[in-house]
Amino acid sequence: MVNIVMEKIVIDNLSIQYSDGVESLQGINLKIPANAVTVLFGPAGGGKSTLLRTINRLNDLADVAKCQGRVLIDGENILEPDTDVINLRRKVGMVFSRPVPLPLSISKNISYALEVAGERNKARLEEKVERALRQVALWDEVYDRLNDPAIALSGGQQQRLCLARVMALEPEIILLDEPTSALDPISTAKIETLLKELSASITIILAPHNTQQAARMADYAAFLLQGELIEFGKGQDLFLNPTDKRTADYVRGRFG
Amino acid sequence: MTTTRPTSTQNLSLEKVLSLFIRLAGYLSVLYVSLICLFLLKEGLPALREVEGESLLGRVWYPIEGYFGILPLLMGSLVVTVGAALIATPLGVSTAVFISEVAPQWAKEVLKPLVEILAGIPSVVLGFIGILVLSPFFRQAMNLPTGLTAFTGAVLLGWAAVPTIASISEDALNTVPRAYREAAMALGATHWQTIWGVTVPAARSGILTAITLGLGRVIGETMAVMMVTGNAPVVPEGLQALFLPVRTMTATIASEMGEVAKGSTHYHVLFFIGITLFILSLIFNITAFALSARKIKRSERLLS
Repeated sequence: MVNIVMEKIVIDNLSIQYSDGVESLQGINLKIPANAVTVLFGPAGGGKSTLLRTINRLNDLADVAKCQGRVLIDGENILEPDTDVINLRRKVGMVFSRPVPLPLSISKNISYALEVAGERNKARLEEKVERALRQVALWDEVYDRLNDPAIALSGGQQQRLCLARVMALEPEIILLDEPTSALDPISTAKIETLLKELSASITIILAPHNTQQAARMADYAAFLLQGELIEFGKGQDLFLNPTDKRTADYVRGRFG
Repeated sequence: MTTTRPTSTQNLSLEKVLSLFIRLAGYLSVLYVSLICLFLLKEGLPALREVEGESLLGRVWYPIEGYFGILPLLMGSLVVTVGAALIATPLGVSTAVFISEVAPQWAKEVLKPLVEILAGIPSVVLGFIGILVLSPFFRQAMNLPTGLTAFTGAVLLGWAAVPTIASISEDALNTVPRAYREAAMALGATHWQTIWGVTVPAARSGILTAITLGLGRVIGETMAVMMVTGNAPVVPEGLQALFLPVRTMTATIASEMGEVAKGSTHYHVLFFIGITLFILSLIFNITAFALSARKIKRSERLLS
């Protein structure tokens, strides 16, 4: 049987420099497969966040001095100035390291993005809120208090709410920047299980906050060190038989 | 070595003196406020005895003939204050939004201090602008018999409140975590949707405080208002009254206090107006406090 891997995102010679002179990414070439979990790992300052934020153009808000190369999603370069950024961000969802519930109610947190996208039908909104909450296994915990402020939820619940918020937009890609760094092990396990399930139909790019999670989650893994892509491959290859010495040293805990 | 380092006993006694001083200052301020209250009540309440209640609430203010109806003054104050609030709130909040969310960095650095300087302009100076610029302009533009009207006062006072509202609202918007904005933008919200849907609601309680403080200035404002409202103690009725002269409570006290015989009925009524003003701003402050107290409860939950 031929195993054809579909590429969802192609990163082509991407270099990014911030205005304070820090070169965050240097000539990254990476092909991210569709419907799998791709893990970006490596020590802090390696450019993981920058890479994630470039894929949904959230880095537009940062002080980027120089941005070269291309990022192709389904063959289309999203770094072009005429890209519809709003549409792109609906297609490419993002979850941050600290849960950021908006200062709204639980259900509003989810329906907000839909309303902004133009959905006005109340029944359909409610239906989508429920479905998103069920997808992240939060429905049973909050169905009787959907109008409470989202701040009242626990940290783990908040982070699942943030994931639900993204899911409601039915994205093709989800970016997660250390999504469980502020969570307890039980909440972390819930999120990890969810991500594995979602990866059947969604391309997931995860920057974990520790190597153990990277190893647990990776269908594919990319090792980034100081803005350079050192190695990319299947998860088990990279963590069990890394080819590059620096990857091996990092994975085995010799530095980092 | 001859350092003059105090010994520990000296230190201790210094500390005692200091703490006594600070405690005294605290108690004194409480004492002052209650004395002011007492004084106001002592001088104002006799008015209730000397003037019949009905005529105190009457529509005619003509102290020389013994008509002490404070209704026109009360209404005058309300019209000017509400008018100023309607003008200052949207302007002040949108100025804050512009400075905090829209303006480029260099413009922010220029605008914020400028707005703060504006907040410090003495009200007499604002009164000059009102008399020399604003009121002739309104007289000509709207073909009025006089430019010294309730509307002129409202515009001028609204103007006076804008810098306060803008500056404090801007501080509130600034404390909204960047993460909120990023989260909203990452969900596909535009810049404006993020501002109105997330940033401003997140800063809501701070903005409410700003509006309260700004309007606090308006209610107590005397000088500018006396200079531009025309000072006619008439009950404002209907929309056209907005463009007729009125007189506020503060202006009445300021202009008549100097020529009144101490202990006379007129004198007592002026103090009674003071009490009314005091109660009004008390209601205002309590409302503001209730609003921000709700905010404390919310943030407590946030920390838990």
